[in-house]
Amino acid sequence: MRNYIIRRLMLLVPIMLGVSFLTFAMFRIIPGDAAVLTCGFGCTEEVVEDLRHDRGLDRPWYEQYGDWVWGVVQGDFGESLTESDLPVSTGLERRLPVTAEILIMAMILSLVLGVPPGVLSAIRPGTPLDFIARVASVLWLSIPSFWLGILVITFGLAWFGWTPPQFGLGYVPFFDDPWVNLQQFFFPSLVLALAIAAAIMRLTRSSMLEVLRNDYIRTAWSKGLRERTVVTRHALKNALIPVVTIVGLQVGALIGGAVLVERVFALNGVGFWVVESVIRRDIFVVMSLTLIFAIVYVVANLLVDIAYGWLDPRIRYA
Amino acid sequence: MAREVAVPLELEEARIERPPLGRRLFNLARQHPLGVFGLFTVGLLFFAGIFAETPVSIFGVNLSVAPYDPQAIDREALLKGPSLSHPFGTDRLGRDVLSRTIFGARISLMIGMVSIFFGVTIGTFLGVISGYFGRFVDSLIQRSVDVFLAFPAIVLMLAIVTVIGDEDSAARRFLAEDTPVPEGSFLGVPFFLDIFILSLAIGVAVIASVARVTRGAVLSIKENVYIEAARALGASDARIMRHHIFPNVVALVVVLASITLPLAILAEAAISFLAIGVPAPTPSWGADLTGQNRETALSGSWWPVFFPGLALSLVVLGFNMLGDAFRDISDPRLRGALGSGGGRGL
Repeated sequence: MRNYIIRRLMLLVPIMLGVSFLTFAMFRIIPGDAAVLTCGFGCTEEVVEDLRHDRGLDRPWYEQYGDWVWGVVQGDFGESLTESDLPVSTGLERRLPVTAEILIMAMILSLVLGVPPGVLSAIRPGTPLDFIARVASVLWLSIPSFWLGILVITFGLAWFGWTPPQFGLGYVPFFDDPWVNLQQFFFPSLVLALAIAAAIMRLTRSSMLEVLRNDYIRTAWSKGLRERTVVTRHALKNALIPVVTIVGLQVGALIGGAVLVERVFALNGVGFWVVESVIRRDIFVVMSLTLIFAIVYVVANLLVDIAYGWLDPRIRYA
Repeated sequence: MAREVAVPLELEEARIERPPLGRRLFNLARQHPLGVFGLFTVGLLFFAGIFAETPVSIFGVNLSVAPYDPQAIDREALLKGPSLSHPFGTDRLGRDVLSRTIFGARISLMIGMVSIFFGVTIGTFLGVISGYFGRFVDSLIQRSVDVFLAFPAIVLMLAIVTVIGDEDSAARRFLAEDTPVPEGSFLGVPFFLDIFILSLAIGVAVIASVARVTRGAVLSIKENVYIEAARALGASDARIMRHHIFPNVVALVVVLASITLPLAILAEAAISFLAIGVPAPTPSWGADLTGQNRETALSGSWWPVFFPGLALSLVVLGFNMLGDAFRDISDPRLRGALGSGGGRGL
């Protein structure tokens, strides 16, 4: 088991190098670099040259990339090219908590909104409850998060007096005032969670239906166990195995969704930053952020594989 | 008499006639009402996209669906709510939201089709090669796929659009000058080159997952005896891939393409929503959700952002329902599992 984890983590290295180099290569292809863009209107060729020299953009590409990688190995992500020498790590300290909170809350909400209705609609198929759950899941799956977010802001303002954090009080960190913080983050996370909740609900339902037809479930019933025991102990535990997989796979979608949701609600998180940085060609910020996204994605998938073995003891890791 | 008695039982049963095609389709439709809804929505998307604006007239009546020019500015009707003359209202510049929504269908469809075509073609090619040759080629392609999958798709697409879409980029100049891709207006869509580049970016994001899935299918197909037979007869690798492997993955690839099309449409809207995709005056469901339209929405005029987003949601909903119904019909095993539960169409 330990060897398996180590080998999987070793695979991270080529992926990390690949992701960062791909980003670097893409941005080095374009002629206009961050220097030209920060310089703004009416700036002369000399100023641009100065800026370029100042930021080290006139060095050969392998030196720039090599230096950055060497820095990352030592825990230094380099500096932003456009935000007046802001170290990337400082920016991360400020913005990562916002994104992490949205992602975690969205994950929890999607499980809460996905698993129980999925189970209910599987054990009571054909009832109005089942129908409502399935209609809801198809709707949630189809409504794009950014549109829903805009509707929440537009109508939430009019109907509930709710405003996104950036417009009203300003962002309140969780540990300063958890209640206010949760209020601020509820709608962004909900909007992000719905599509994933729908996927989870559909999968839970079909997987439950399949499991409930097994012989051991009939045995459990005929032993005279209560419904609750049959459903939770015998069926749900087995039905959740494919659900765990989809949750892991959705981490990538969640990160992509966070980019959009942060944009909609003007939350100053990592997703917002990556869009800004791509536009401003802030290479090292984009490289650092895609690197972090890739690590999160790979580690999430690794956790899924480990959880798989834990849920289904028949699976062995060679 | 004696001869009739000798008719085997199976033949007797085989004489039960299938109902006529029309009746069968009707029954199918009745069993899958939501699938019919999906079919209708997707049909509407294609209809609106193709006939949004057309120079064709029959008996002097122009066949365009959009009542107004989607870019025409009307100073007399700024930010008017839904009314008879403007069913979806007008935006801050007095442009008709209904016409923009209908026209957005064309943009979505165009970008969806081009990106799927591009992504699925290259993805299938890479997947077949990767699965067939195995070893070094396989590892090279699959490790690259790993890298692309580890990128959040939206960031990858944004980066590609910024890189290729740049005014000075060599790729853009190449597309404009050395390929038949029109740079300016094409089929009533201004800035076609930008839209084409956006499609390429979405297509690149499609490649990785298509390559991964196709490879898996090829791995099992190539174990078949007929592949070995073909090789024993002296067929070249290229011939085996073209005549024995490719025909077996076509069905899978078509299904993949139909699943990915709504995702590509969503991706277009998402990128345009970030104000990087479809350039400004062109109507696009995503781009119409940003900028001035959002500001006006905050002050109470909800219609310019409501209807384009509604159209986008309906299209994705339609594709989902159509796909579900199709899966129910084509996979008898699933039908059994969902049958008594009324799993029809959902």
